[in-house]
Amino acid sequence: MPKLTNVKAEERLIGRHPDERGHFGPYGGTFIAETLMRPVAELRDAYERYAKDPEFLAELDAELRHYVGRPSPLYHAHRWSQAVGGARMYLKREDLNHTGAHKVNNTVGQALLAKRMGKTRIIAETGAGQHGVAAATVAARLGLECVVYMGAEDIERQAPNVFRMKLLGAEVVSVESGSKTLKDALNEAMRDWVGNVDDTYYIIGTVAGPHPYPMMVRDFNSVIGHEARAQVLEREGRLPDACVACVGGGSNAMGLFHPFLDDADVALYGVEAGGSGVETGKHAAPLSAGRPGVLHGNRTYLMQDSDGQITPAHSISAGLDYPGVGPEHAWLKDTGRATYVAVNDDEALAAFHACTRTEGIIPALESSHALAYAVKLAAGMRPDDIVVVGLSGRGDKDIQTVAAIEGIHL
Amino acid sequence: MLHASRITDRFAALKAQQRTALIPFVTAGDPTPDATVPVMHAMVEAGADLIELGVPFSDPMADGPVIQRASERALAAGMSFGKVLDVVREFRSRDGETPVVLMGYLNPLEAAGYARAAERAAAAGVDGFLTVDLPPEEGEGFVREVRARGLDPVFLVAPTTSDERIERICGEASGFVYYVSLKGVTGAANLDTGEVAERMARIRRVTDLPVGVGFGIHDGASAARVARIGDAVVVGSAVVARVEANAESPDALPGVLAAFIGELRAAMDAETP
Repeated sequence: MPKLTNVKAEERLIGRHPDERGHFGPYGGTFIAETLMRPVAELRDAYERYAKDPEFLAELDAELRHYVGRPSPLYHAHRWSQAVGGARMYLKREDLNHTGAHKVNNTVGQALLAKRMGKTRIIAETGAGQHGVAAATVAARLGLECVVYMGAEDIERQAPNVFRMKLLGAEVVSVESGSKTLKDALNEAMRDWVGNVDDTYYIIGTVAGPHPYPMMVRDFNSVIGHEARAQVLEREGRLPDACVACVGGGSNAMGLFHPFLDDADVALYGVEAGGSGVETGKHAAPLSAGRPGVLHGNRTYLMQDSDGQITPAHSISAGLDYPGVGPEHAWLKDTGRATYVAVNDDEALAAFHACTRTEGIIPALESSHALAYAVKLAAGMRPDDIVVVGLSGRGDKDIQTVAAIEGIHL
Repeated sequence: MLHASRITDRFAALKAQQRTALIPFVTAGDPTPDATVPVMHAMVEAGADLIELGVPFSDPMADGPVIQRASERALAAGMSFGKVLDVVREFRSRDGETPVVLMGYLNPLEAAGYARAAERAAAAGVDGFLTVDLPPEEGEGFVREVRARGLDPVFLVAPTTSDERIERICGEASGFVYYVSLKGVTGAANLDTGEVAERMARIRRVTDLPVGVGFGIHDGASAARVARIGDAVVVGSAVVARVEANAESPDALPGVLAAFIGELRAAMDAETP
């Protein structure tokens, strides 16, 4: 039986997909201005080199263990499973990582890579602020300058995370263009990178962007699925029947799913943010209700109008508030290997409360979308069935949002 | 060659006159859909040789704040790919000579469908496409459709582009290639003409296509410096900034832009014999 301590970085990095030009079937690729072609090619070469470098891999493993606090537990939500009356639900506890979410798995990896590439300045985009905090954290840890781009609207909504980033020494730049949210922060970070390629490394926070980002961010997060797979085998002696994770850009879902892709009997469910309801148009569910197009360096499913203009996303959870999705998810959808569903704001909120009250775990609103669908799924399964749910982050950051919805002033 | 394009003809004529092309950029529909055609005519009369017409996009990743805001104004005024083609069609009713290149991002073309976008553009009188986020590696399908209608695919070459890639890009391009003289986004400030000249020499070693130089040209003096080394001077943000400054009074725009283009033209012509 594989022990999770045996899942070394060298077995995790660089999976089979995409092809050498970053395509997952018709999705992914490198749709960027000529000015970015060289830095992106340099990044690709560096990643391919260091993903096979024993010293780099050993350092990555040591950082994940001693700084991030990995492995994260796979927790059997016993009381909640019993209350639901169906399958046994296991929660992969990424909320227990340093900084409180899965995002740090990726920023640790990319910051080590930045250092190897001789870069002294880190830039990042952020929506809810979780990736920004994770980037600022590793920049502080490694002594790198850090600039985080954040939409002006999100800065308003996420004041505690903005202050956290500043405490960590990062400069937070308010993005006033477009819809003033995550997608515009990504545009602005790209613009910074174009102008500062010599000393600057751009840490994208999700499995989107031009090749190699979707592959690389997936690889750094695949520690989630590798651990979960070994842990469930250890606990139950068999693989789970299903894995469930929330999908905004989709990095925690890709990280959980990827090590299970070859396990044909493990069903994979990605849960998008249905907002007020997919039928209302106010949602963040491009896989459920969008169509393919090109944005932020790759081809994928997008929320867009008939003219190809990107339309704003809506979700109770700022971290899922993105009109695109990682290209590998688009491919998993089309090939049928994974199933994508949408969960509305109110369903996510109900799961947030249920998890908190039943298990004593306050989940992030993002993760609450996965929990809400997992409960529905588990309810229709047998008691000896197993569902693994990605609990991608903790919900402390969301208590103000939840309080405001319930009319409580903190 | 089966078909000499309007762009090729224009560059050939300019070469015979030993005149450097002046290529202003404006975003179609900025600040209103009706404002653009009069501006295009005024710029041609003041000495513009080719027009780059921006197709507004919600997420103009490679543009600086000036052109971003132009896109936002145009979209807010109801601009779309179809309406950009209406602008070109109306321009063509009075000007059958001046080439028009559509500059923008790929997604509106994906939404229209490559074949249909190229077909409709050709019918409206468009001469080429410069699609900022479409490098030749990803461009095969679109380039095929563009060429099939006799239109020119125009590509960017950057200061960071390797010699090997310059060769590949020039092999895919027709009409002209566009050397972006700075590493930054559109509208960034400084311009190192020494570096540009050195790069131009490398581009000319691999292609006979005319080379336009853009990004960072903001007045007569900088246009004149670039006129000495490029076959065309491309002016974007400086033009769009003047549109922005007069966005509340679109009727004044043709006059304002004619004066600016005239100033650039005079400074460039003073440089060339």
